[in-house]
Amino acid sequence: MPIEEKTFEKPLELDQMFVNMGPQHPSTHGVLRIALHMEGEVITKAEPDVGYLHRGIEKLFENRTYTQGLVLTDRLDYLSSMHNNLAYCIAVEKLMGIEVPARAQYIRALVSELNRIASHLIFFGTYGVDIGAFTPFLHAFREREMIMDLFEMLCGARLLYTYMRIGGVAKNLPEDWTAKCREFTGFFPKRLKEYDALLSFNPIFMDRTANIGIISKEEALDWGLSGPVLRATGVNYDVRKFEPYSFYDKLEFEIPLGQTGSTWDRYYCRMREMAQSAGIIDQCLEALSKQDMPPDIIAKGVPKILKPLKGQAYGHIEASRGDLGFYAVSEGEFSPYRMHIKAPTFINTAILQKILVGAKIADVVAILGSFDIVLGEMDR
Amino acid sequence: MGIILEKTPIILNKIPGGTIALTTADFFINWARKSSIWPLTFGLACCAIEMMAAYATRFDFDRFGVFPRPTPRQADLMLVAGTVVKKMASPLIRIYRQMPEPKFVIAMGSCADCGGPFYDSYSVVKGVDKIMPVDVYLAGCPPRPEALMYAVQKLQEKIGKMEIKENSGATAGQESGARREL
Ligand code: SF4
Repeated sequence: MPIEEKTFEKPLELDQMFVNMGPQHPSTHGVLRIALHMEGEVITKAEPDVGYLHRGIEKLFENRTYTQGLVLTDRLDYLSSMHNNLAYCIAVEKLMGIEVPARAQYIRALVSELNRIASHLIFFGTYGVDIGAFTPFLHAFREREMIMDLFEMLCGARLLYTYMRIGGVAKNLPEDWTAKCREFTGFFPKRLKEYDALLSFNPIFMDRTANIGIISKEEALDWGLSGPVLRATGVNYDVRKFEPYSFYDKLEFEIPLGQTGSTWDRYYCRMREMAQSAGIIDQCLEALSKQDMPPDIIAKGVPKILKPLKGQAYGHIEASRGDLGFYAVSEGEFSPYRMHIKAPTFINTAILQKILVGAKIADVVAILGSFDIVLGEMDR
Repeated sequence: MGIILEKTPIILNKIPGGTIALTTADFFINWARKSSIWPLTFGLACCAIEMMAAYATRFDFDRFGVFPRPTPRQADLMLVAGTVVKKMASPLIRIYRQMPEPKFVIAMGSCADCGGPFYDSYSVVKGVDKIMPVDVYLAGCPPRPEALMYAVQKLQEKIGKMEIKENSGATAGQESGARREL
């Protein structure tokens, strides 16, 4: 049979396809689900679906006293528990007008920076796995175990610390701790160079990440992004500098900024942040070892049972993933009337529906991974 | 994982050029099963981070033949590492059904055991055993990687007692309510 001429004239119809990514997907870092509509391999629509880890934490705060609530904050962003503790404590301290002693302030800054490194190390390791490089995972966890040891000496827990207290911190630094911590900060910058050689400037890795998932400055501000995702676009905003808490105004550090807002920029911003954090830790240790520092680690006169007056307060800090805030409303009871959590990952992830459109299916994992999401915080 | 000869129901007979070993099918199949437990790469919440730490450098789960697989079709252990909420319950059951028999479940962490710190939450399933049979319960919030290793060893003990005539996992019979003792 002769081939009809018309067959060649008809335009090829592109395949419409629907792919459901998650909630069980090895690279969603938890239980995020993204519904992808595709034409061929180009994405035409992406809908993130959250709520697979909704534990009702905001509601649970209303049934806990202020001290008990602290335990729940750990479970929000479980990769950087110290930050969650800190933001919650700052909000409640504002509510009650508590002044935190200097020593506790430095210890708070110190442990938050250690936790930032630990959290970014997990990002580094798992992002490598997402892209297809397994070795960085093993390197990252080797260094992370050192930080876990430090935290274990400090408070006995490896992951969820509940180390901060309203008005200060739970314990003073143990003996030998400072020496061990110095050992870590001395050793870590060398490792960062190793990571650069291993992954950051690896040509295959750069090809896969440098030109995808680009976010412009304006978009980033419109969508209310924060943290490394925002700074990768070149916007200089960091709560540590702009609304200093925990004596960050007395510490010297730089804010690493990206240029193009691409996936690689987001990745590399975090890598540079780790170097800055190591510097901050050294400065804190220096300040803490001064003799004239009073030994108090908790504010005087904090009552055993907290009962703030009627009012409201908002405390926010720069957590590993962005601007984390706690908004507490008190009606003069033993537990808060309402506790709202401004979770950075929840807000950052919203932009996925915009930047995934037009991307190739193979890039979805690379783009998603660069947001460093934690579902505990996103779904609350 | 080698075979410890003293503890094995085994007959060894020298023949020219080597040795013949005679053992029970139960022992041999169980030995193979328990030395290559492949869990599903699947984390729900905070406990998953400790699970990852167990796979990584210091704890190195590969030593026990535990090697994570990303798809349920290749996995025979489900580590429920984290809080199961009501929205996640049905996908979880679906993943469980996709795993080939024999399959095992470790409930890792207080959340998966009984709801843990969220015992009074409106959206949390208070224990994964409400929706699927569980072989080993592991307490802690989060359990340390060492504890997870202990749980896996307990599971290996349990697998070592399986009989092929039942033709299914250690969880067999649990769905009807009858549990096998360790
Ligand atoms: S048991 Fe604790 S650590 Fe584990 S998922 Fe629940 S809250 Fe997180």
